[in-house]
Amino acid sequence: MKIGVLAIQGDFIEHIALLSKLGVISRQVRLPEQLEGLDGLIIPGGESTTLSRLMSMYHLRQPVAQMAQRHKTVWGTCAGMIMMAHEITEEDPIPLQLMDIGVQRNAFGRQIDSFEQDLDIAEFNTTPFHAIFIRAPVIIRVGEGVKVLAELPDGRPVAVRQGNLLATSFHPELTRDTRFHQYFLDLTANQANGPGQ
Amino acid sequence: MVDVLTGTFTVKAGHAQMLKGGVIMDVVTAEQAQIAEEAGAVAVMALERVPADIRADGGVARMSDPTMILQIIDSVSIPVMAKCRIGHFVEAQVLESLGVDYVDESEVLTPADETHHVWKHDFKVPFVCGCRDLGEALRRISEGAAMIRTKGEAGTGDIVEAVRHMRAVQDAIRKLQTMPEDELVVEARNLAVSLELLTKTRELGRMPVVNFAAGGIATPADAALMMQLGADGVFVGSGIFKSGNPATRAHAIVQAVTHYNNPEIIAEVSKNLGEAMVGISTRSIPQDQLLAPRSS
Repeated sequence: MKIGVLAIQGDFIEHIALLSKLGVISRQVRLPEQLEGLDGLIIPGGESTTLSRLMSMYHLRQPVAQMAQRHKTVWGTCAGMIMMAHEITEEDPIPLQLMDIGVQRNAFGRQIDSFEQDLDIAEFNTTPFHAIFIRAPVIIRVGEGVKVLAELPDGRPVAVRQGNLLATSFHPELTRDTRFHQYFLDLTANQANGPGQ
Repeated sequence: MVDVLTGTFTVKAGHAQMLKGGVIMDVVTAEQAQIAEEAGAVAVMALERVPADIRADGGVARMSDPTMILQIIDSVSIPVMAKCRIGHFVEAQVLESLGVDYVDESEVLTPADETHHVWKHDFKVPFVCGCRDLGEALRRISEGAAMIRTKGEAGTGDIVEAVRHMRAVQDAIRKLQTMPEDELVVEARNLAVSLELLTKTRELGRMPVVNFAAGGIATPADAALMMQLGADGVFVGSGIFKSGNPATRAHAIVQAVTHYNNPEIIAEVSKNLGEAMVGISTRSIPQDQLLAPRSS
C-alpha cells in the first residue's frame, strides 16, 4: 500500500510519523508526478490559503481530484478538510470540491479559542478519541451519502466520510492515538480490493 | 459534561506545528498583510516599523498601536502575530486581549526587563521567542514558549547570524545525542536548563517545539538555506517590504520554502525579482547596536 502526504506546508511530518508507527512508509508529495502510483493521500493541517495557492501553482488540483474519482482514499485534516469541501463560507481559499460538505473556516474563533476535547467516534466504539482543534473549521452542511463519524456535543459534525473520502476538523496526527490513521489505512486497503465498498 | 480545554500547551505548540513549512511575514499595514496572504504567507507579524527601520530610527521600540494591529486582524484570514518587549508582560496581556494568535517576545523591540522574560505559562495565547543556541531556546521553553525562532540579526538582510544560530542549535542537539547519559547533568548545568527538558530534547533528536529561522532572510535561496539547515519554517521581516517588488518576492520565498530541496525550482522563482533589500553587513554594526545579544 502506497500512501502519500501532501508536503506543501503544514504538519505533514506528524502524519508521516504516525503512519510509520503503523508500519507504513509514506511519500512526501509536492509535485504532481509524486502522486503517481499512490493508493491514498493525506492533506495535512496547515494554512488553507497557502495550500490552495501552491496546489494551483504546481498543478496538483486536477490529479488529486482524479485520485478521488478513481476511488483512491483521500483524507483531509483541518486545513485539509477545508480543501476537501464542496463549498466554504468565504471566497478564499478555493476548495478541491471532493466531498459533498460545506465548511466554515476558523469556526471557533482565534487561537485563544483553540481547544482539546474527548469525542465519541461511532467507528471506534471503545474509548473516546482525544481531539485537538486548532483554529479549526467545522462542517455546516452534510450532503447525501456523507456519513457523520463524530460530532461536537452541540451537534456540529467534525469528522465525516463519503465513500473513499475522509475529513476531520481536528488533528489525530498531533496525538499518539493511531486509530484514525488505522481507519484510513483499512479504508485504503478495502478500496484497493474493490472500489465502492 | 465533556471537558473542553483551552490554552493548553498542546494547542499552543500545535498551532506552531500548523505553520511549519511556511513563511511568516512582517507587515506594517493592512494592505501589506493582504499582499502577504495573497502570496501564500502562513501568518503575518503586525508591527509599526520593520526591523530595518527600527534600526535606522533608533530610540525605544515598543509594542505597536492596538488600532493598527486590529486593522490587520480584520484584513486577513490567516493568523496574526504581534511583538511585545522582552519581559513586558502587560504588553503581552494587551496583545492577548486584542486576539492576536501568537505573541513574539522579541529582542527587536527594546527590552523592558534585562533579567526576566515573560512567564508565558500564565497566558492562553502562545508565545514565540528568539534564541542563539540550544540553551537559550530551552530556557524560553521552560518559561512557556510554544515556538522558537533562531534570532539571526534582524533588519540587516545579512544571513550570517541566522546561519550561525541555526548551526549552533543543531550542533548542540547532535552533541547531546552522542553524549553518554552520565554527562547530561553537567551539560544541563552548562546550558542553564533543566535536566528533564534536556533529556527530552535528546530523546526527540530535535528542538521540543517548532523552530523557525529569522533575522536576515532576504532571498528565496536564503530561505531554502535555512530550511536545509533544519529550520521548520522562516520569518521574513524587512526582506520583503524593503525590496523592489514585495508581492513577487514574497511569493518566491513561499515557493522556495516548500521546495527547499529543489534547486531548479529555487532558480526559477529567483528570476527577475528586482532589487533585494539593500542590507547592512552585520560585521559593520557596532557591538552595542546588535539586537540578538539583548537577551539570553
